[in-house]
Amino acid sequence: MGWPLERLRRVRFVRRFSRTERTLHWVNAAGFLLLLASGLILYLPRLSVLVGRRPLIKDVHLWGGIGWIGALAIVVLLGDRRGILRTARELEVLEPSRFNVGQKVNALLNAAFALLFLVSGLLLWFGERDTRFRFTSTVLLHDILMYAALTLLVGHLYLAVIHPATRHSLRGMTRGTVREDWAKRHYPRWAPPPAD
Amino acid sequence: MNRSTPPAEYELMDDPSPKRYGRGLFLTTLFGGLTSIAWGRPVWSRLSGSLAGIESLVPLVPHGWRIYSVADTMPTFDPATWRLAIDGLVQQKLALSYHELRALPQSHQITDFHCVTGWTVKNVHWKGVRLSEIFDRARPFPEAHALQFVSAEQPYLDYLTLQQSQLKDVMLAYEMDGKPLTREHGAPLRLVIPEMYGYKGVKWLNRINLVPQAGDGYWEYLGYDRDAWVGRSNGYGA
Repeated sequence: MGWPLERLRRVRFVRRFSRTERTLHWVNAAGFLLLLASGLILYLPRLSVLVGRRPLIKDVHLWGGIGWIGALAIVVLLGDRRGILRTARELEVLEPSRFNVGQKVNALLNAAFALLFLVSGLLLWFGERDTRFRFTSTVLLHDILMYAALTLLVGHLYLAVIHPATRHSLRGMTRGTVREDWAKRHYPRWAPPPAD
Repeated sequence: MNRSTPPAEYELMDDPSPKRYGRGLFLTTLFGGLTSIAWGRPVWSRLSGSLAGIESLVPLVPHGWRIYSVADTMPTFDPATWRLAIDGLVQQKLALSYHELRALPQSHQITDFHCVTGWTVKNVHWKGVRLSEIFDRARPFPEAHALQFVSAEQPYLDYLTLQQSQLKDVMLAYEMDGKPLTREHGAPLRLVIPEMYGYKGVKWLNRINLVPQAGDGYWEYLGYDRDAWVGRSNGYGA
C-alpha cells in the first residue's frame, strides 16, 4: 500500500533556474503583458471605443514601458549578475546545452525585441512633441514587433503550459527545480546541479 | 597524455572559438530593426499590396486606420439633439440638425488619408457636403478670414484659413466607405482635408466658428505645424 509514496520519495529534483533568472523572467512577463494589453487598447479601434480613457491608457503604456525596462535593469543590478552573464554567454552559442536551440532563439529574439520596443517607443513618444524624433517608419516597426513578439509568446505559452511533454518546464520557472529524469530526457547535454 | 587525440566529448568545450550564431541572431535582429526606421515604410508599402488580401481576413486588425482621441470618452451621437452650429462672423447664424445637414447638396470623393505619425489609408470614399454650401447659407462677413472647427470631444479644435478651406476636396464628411461615420471616426461629422495631415480634420465636429484669423489647434498647441501640408510639414520633406 505504501509503494506510491516510496516511489515519490525517489523522484529527484535538480536546480534549473536561479532566483535572479526567475525574477527576471516574471518581471519581464508582467511588464510585457501590461504593455501588450494597454498597447492593444490603443491600437485596435474596437477596443479603443470599448475602453475609452485614451489619455489614461496612453500614460499606463508609456510609463509602464519605462517601468518595465527599469525593473529589468534593477533585477540584474541587485541579482546574481555573474549568473546572468553566464546565461547570456550560453545563449550566444546556438547549440543545445541547458537550453535547447528553440529556447535560445526565443530568448535572443525577445531580448532584441525589448530593446527595439524601447527605442521605437521612445521615438514615438518624443516624436509627438519634437519633429527631430519623428520618422514615418517608427510606428510600423513598433507594430511589427508586437505581431512578432505575440507569435513567440503564443508558442512559448503552448510549450510551457499546454504541451504534455514540455509543460513540466513551468516548474523550473516557478519553483526553480525540475525532475532529474525529465531534465535528462529533454536536456541530454546539460549536467544539472542537484537541488539543495 | 597524448594531446593530439583529445577525447571526443571535450572537443566542444575546448573549442577556442565556438560559433556564436546566437550573438549573430541577436545583433542582426537589432540592426535590422533599428535601420528599418530608415527603410521600413517604402518596403512595406511595396509589400502591402500583395498582403492586402491576407489583411482583410483578420477582422480585428485595423485596416490602416488608427483611432486617436484626446478625451476620456468619445462623444456619442444622438440624431434627435445633435446640431452643427455655424456662428461667429456670419450674417446668418445656423444650427443645422442632422436631417437638415443630410438634405444639403451632397458630394463624393475618393482621397487618401495621411496621418502625421506615418500611416496612410489609400482611397477612402467620403460623402458629405462642401463648405461652400455652408457659406452660401451663413454668408460670412468680409472680416472672417479663418474658420475654427470645434469638436464635441473637448478640448479638441483646429483652424483653417479661409483660403485653405477652399482647397480641393475639403469636405464635411458624414459617410466613409459607403457607411455613416462610426463613433471612432467622428460620428456624425468630421472635417476632411486630403492635402493636410489628419490632425487638422476635426472629428465629432459640431461647431464652425468664423473668426478674424487662424489660431493654434489642439496639436499645434503641443508643437505641430499649423499648416499641416502632407509631406511638407512637421519635419517631413523640405
